[in-house]
Amino acid sequence: MTSNPSVTPIPLVRAGYEGILAMWIAVQKRSATARPDLISDADLARQCSEVLSMLLEGLASGSMDVSSPGWEGMRATLRGISLSRGRLGFGPSETALFILSLKEPLFGSLQELDPSSRIDAILELNHVIDRLGLLTSEVYQQGREEVSMRQQQEMLELSTPVVKLWDGMLALPLIGTLDSERTQVVMESLLQAIVETGSTIAIIDITGVPTVDTKVAQHLIQTVSAARLMGADCLISGIRPQIAQTIIHLGITLPDVVTKATLADAFVAALDRLGQRVVSTGATSTGR
Amino acid sequence: MDRVPIIKVGKYLLATIQTDVQDHVAVALQEDLAARIIAARARLVLLDISALQIVDSFIGRMIADISGIARLLDAEVIVVGMQPAVAITLVELGLTLSGVRTALNVERALAMAGIRDQA
Repeated sequence: MTSNPSVTPIPLVRAGYEGILAMWIAVQKRSATARPDLISDADLARQCSEVLSMLLEGLASGSMDVSSPGWEGMRATLRGISLSRGRLGFGPSETALFILSLKEPLFGSLQELDPSSRIDAILELNHVIDRLGLLTSEVYQQGREEVSMRQQQEMLELSTPVVKLWDGMLALPLIGTLDSERTQVVMESLLQAIVETGSTIAIIDITGVPTVDTKVAQHLIQTVSAARLMGADCLISGIRPQIAQTIIHLGITLPDVVTKATLADAFVAALDRLGQRVVSTGATSTGR
Repeated sequence: MDRVPIIKVGKYLLATIQTDVQDHVAVALQEDLAARIIAARARLVLLDISALQIVDSFIGRMIADISGIARLLDAEVIVVGMQPAVAITLVELGLTLSGVRTALNVERALAMAGIRDQA
């Protein structure tokens, strides 16, 4: 879409800058989507004036394509506003309406043009504002996705702690459902810890794993095999009665895997393999 | 590197793979090792693969084969120092090397061998 100089709305918009700005802010404040609880009047006014200045800059570049270099400033401004609004808790439509609500005051400023060129100018500006509205929505969506991806990553890291129980003994208490991606992380962090600590025995405790299906069992067997290849033995502990039944009913066998009912049993068995023993000192603690 | 060095230490043979190996190097290692086991009358071979970062099915197969060859010659192979990435790859390839003993490092492998000699 090329701009015809005779209908260019730039001078009118520039001349009516203050009026448009004031009206735009007023429109937003009285609309049903106004969120005075999330953003202060001063911040709103600052954002509006920034966007309007950038709109003028974009229009002045002569291109009506908002993806062209002349609109870079506008895109950056909107990106910042959209991301910050997403963090503040604005909804997606509230964020998009911020820019779409500019139409009313903007078109109002074109009163002085003769009817035919006014329609052209309005169509053009409408197109521009719509594109900017879409851009805002996209950025908002991206921001949300980034947050959810980061949370997923954090959960992955939080959910796979490898703890050292004894010299040469590691424990891996697993909590929550095991899927392929998580098992991969579990496997890698366990093997890495084996190398770093030089441990020869590792206990995988699955007390906190709600269900074990064929896939999870397969993953566990793989982890145990990989640890064995590196020269470390694995014990699996914390298999609850229901899970033991499920495993048998599914016809899964855990060949060459030593299993113990509780972490305590596994700990004793592991100490035994290391040639160590915990003995009572005879004195009892008062346990104050 | 065309050949993997095989060092005789007392009653043991120590073969250390020092870089990622090519297929022909692996084949040469099998031949050399078989010959050295006979010549040195070794009962134990430590195969140190701690420098090996990448494996494929051929190299995985090779490690299993070396163990089988050694067993026929009345010697045992202990695979030493396998890296996590290598272990994961081998498991995913289905090569779990069952029956092959493994150790975290040469020191532990020697300790394991010591226990075996006493028995």
